[in-house]
Amino acid sequence: MKVATVLGALALAGVALTAQAKTELRVYTAVEADELAKFKQAIEADNPDLDIQWVRDSTGIITAKLLAEKANPQADVVWGLAVTSLKFLADQDYFQAYAPKGVEQLEPKYVDSAKPPRWVGQRAWVAALCFNAVEAEKAKLPQPASWQDLLKPEFKGKVVMPNPSSSGTGFLDVSAWIQMWGEEKAWKFMDGLHENIAQYTHSGSKPCKMAAAGEAPVGISFAYRGAQEKSKGAPVEVIAPSEGVGWDLEAFAIVKGTQKLEAAQQLADWSASRKANEIYNEGYAVVAMPGVAKPVPNYPEGIAEKMIKNDFEWAAKNRETILSEWTKRYDGKSEPKK
Amino acid sequence: MAELALAAPRIRPRLGRDEWLMGGGLLVLALYLAVTLLLPLALMLAKSAQDRDGAFVGLANFARYFGNPALSGTVGNSLWVSALATAITIALAFGYAYALNRSRIPFKGLFRLVAMLPLLAPSLLPAIALVYLFGNQGVLKGWLFGESIYGPIGIVIGSVFWTFPHALILISTALGTADARLYEASESLGASRWRTFTTVTLSGARYGLISALFVVFTLIITDFGVPKVVGGPFNMLATDIYKQVVGQQNFQMGAVVSLLLLLPAVLAFFVERWAQQRQISSLSSRAVPYQPKPRRSRDRLALVLVVTVAVMILGVFGMAAFASLAKLWPYDLSPSLRHYDFSATDGGSWASYGNSIRLGLYTAAFGSLVVFIGAYLVEKTRVAKPLRTATHLLALIPMAVPGMVLGLAYIFFFNAPGNPLNFLYGTMAMLVLATIAHFYTVGHLTALTALKQLDPEFESVSAALKAPFYRTFWRVTTPLCLPAVLDIALYFFINAMTTVSAVVFLYSPDTTLASVAVLNMDDAGDTAPAAAMAMLIVVTCAGVRLLHVGLSRELLNRTQVWRRR
Repeated sequence: MKVATVLGALALAGVALTAQAKTELRVYTAVEADELAKFKQAIEADNPDLDIQWVRDSTGIITAKLLAEKANPQADVVWGLAVTSLKFLADQDYFQAYAPKGVEQLEPKYVDSAKPPRWVGQRAWVAALCFNAVEAEKAKLPQPASWQDLLKPEFKGKVVMPNPSSSGTGFLDVSAWIQMWGEEKAWKFMDGLHENIAQYTHSGSKPCKMAAAGEAPVGISFAYRGAQEKSKGAPVEVIAPSEGVGWDLEAFAIVKGTQKLEAAQQLADWSASRKANEIYNEGYAVVAMPGVAKPVPNYPEGIAEKMIKNDFEWAAKNRETILSEWTKRYDGKSEPKK
Repeated sequence: MAELALAAPRIRPRLGRDEWLMGGGLLVLALYLAVTLLLPLALMLAKSAQDRDGAFVGLANFARYFGNPALSGTVGNSLWVSALATAITIALAFGYAYALNRSRIPFKGLFRLVAMLPLLAPSLLPAIALVYLFGNQGVLKGWLFGESIYGPIGIVIGSVFWTFPHALILISTALGTADARLYEASESLGASRWRTFTTVTLSGARYGLISALFVVFTLIITDFGVPKVVGGPFNMLATDIYKQVVGQQNFQMGAVVSLLLLLPAVLAFFVERWAQQRQISSLSSRAVPYQPKPRRSRDRLALVLVVTVAVMILGVFGMAAFASLAKLWPYDLSPSLRHYDFSATDGGSWASYGNSIRLGLYTAAFGSLVVFIGAYLVEKTRVAKPLRTATHLLALIPMAVPGMVLGLAYIFFFNAPGNPLNFLYGTMAMLVLATIAHFYTVGHLTALTALKQLDPEFESVSAALKAPFYRTFWRVTTPLCLPAVLDIALYFFINAMTTVSAVVFLYSPDTTLASVAVLNMDDAGDTAPAAAMAMLIVVTCAGVRLLHVGLSRELLNRTQVWRRR
């Protein structure tokens, strides 16, 4: 009996020791929840001394949270957040510059131009439409091929879009429309689109999930989510509109003043590795390391060619202005639509 | 001098050990309530008059809020939607309560039980079920004649569902205490049934109705679960706070909206207290309990109403359960447990369910302990009357404070630099403190009622026998009040499991909660897993409720034999 107690105590102490040896990293991320478990497992398998604690929310929420905590940052690493947000924060001196091992092998345009870089890109997420073929058939809706198609009167109340203040996917759409068409035409387009929107959602994946469940025939979302829903058996078509699609870069950065700098750099090294890029590719078609990406099942054909020439500098600088203009025009529309 | 000497022999109670101990206990309790309630709220008031950098700006935030038509329009939205939903809830609850108390329908116990079911679910559950019932793929979509469930219609239906039992309890109590002599008098005076109904029945229940009216209105206007899920583009005050605080991390604006929400809640609080007192005094000791006689037309109508409402309640739960078990709504309805695997969704997976159970247990254990000892001290301490009154008033405050307001106040207070309690921020302990504070009042009142039923002779006898008060407390008072303590513990547990409002601002990655997970999963579009988590909460609460029934029965057998005659 006594021996068992002692053994038990020893075993407990052993567990406590190994637990202590692990460094807990608090990582803020906007990566989809269904991918996080996979990443945690892969990171910890290669770095047994790391313990990744995700704090996940939509892009806008994570960005706002980081800003609110500026005086007393709670995160050690920001990982998989839109680069438009990261750039904005980097300009406020939020991050610890660091060149991860092998960063020179990454596509230079996906890495911060400062030396050493303050942020490093991981992969691009790309806008797409999720279109429910079954519901469209019932409602006699034509399949949209372009953004302009969504303005047609038959789509009134049939389109769901993410709110750009909370969702990074929503923001990259708005940013892309303005970059493609210029301010005036883009806002005019959004005014028209607003007439057809059934609701603005909190997250960028919800429109596609609503399309997958037939709650709305058309969801403005992103390609990864569409491909996932299609693979799960939902009757959705994933469409890349013909005018071009917006995209943003998921990137990581180390928070300045973290108590766990060494562990954070270890995570940064892993995140720039070939292996990491291969895992990025499981869900996303475009990754930072050239020559790694293979086609992803259920992605719309030719979507990489439709990605617009994206000016991150401009998007980061104008993010707040664009969002406040958007909110003024379309948020809190409590009156019934005309 | 002579006069003074004559006036001197005033009777002053000698302060013994008991008085010192109890007075000291009271002081500790008052401090506890001040720290977990009063200080956070005071700090929030201050924050509403500061800008983002903490400089004093007076009423500038309020001016900005009302200057933005999109934001201030939500005040109007909140008011009319809450008023409409309240009216429907009160009408239905009155009919239901009338049927239970004043008719001869069968299975009253069963109907009462069904009506209480919504108490076991977070308010998010009816909203999610509504999406499945009346959404674009809803099974009963046609019933809305082409109107969308996303918006005021959904908010009203969802709110009626979850506030129904609250209204029913209050109105049922009012209708349950009728004086048969009034009905006899009315009958012998030849009054028509309608006249009897309006002058005797309605008039007798008026305070119950008024108090239900205000309680329900406050519950609805401060709830954000329903509008969050099914509000669509329709903004309400409670969702505004959430958007300001979580979406834009604009805590000062959140404080401004919070204060607006505090107004109806405080008003409701005073009306409720007033009505409660009137209600009690309206029944004299010579009253004869009213026994309804069978009457076919009335009983049939009552049965139709009760069955309809009960079917709707069960339908909502059934829909949520079905949706959580269907493989791919609406295209593949074969049964599947895949939505109960929360590993690929937001909200913290099964760990959040475990956290919620822990929160429920801690809150039940510590909450009932603090509340019961606190109520005992307030009721039995014979010294420091001002302190007793102050503590009692403190214990009543939570009823007038909406959960979101409390949650926001906790952020300001516990995360303030320099607060020695800062180490609690983001921990389970803070969630427990917040939940106890949030639901303190009902527990306090329940404990007071139980204590008042005990003969004060117990204390006099113990004092005469020189037994210290804590022995009497432990050997006599506590065993006698155990059923009430158990009720308080159950109340704390169920509310800790189902609440979203206060804790949504306070959880951390290590303390994610099941109820908040429901919200986050729905936000990300994972409606079926959200329904699954909500059903887990319902099943858990129902299980604990059953356990409570068994325990109470056992306790009654053991400690309450004296109640039998």
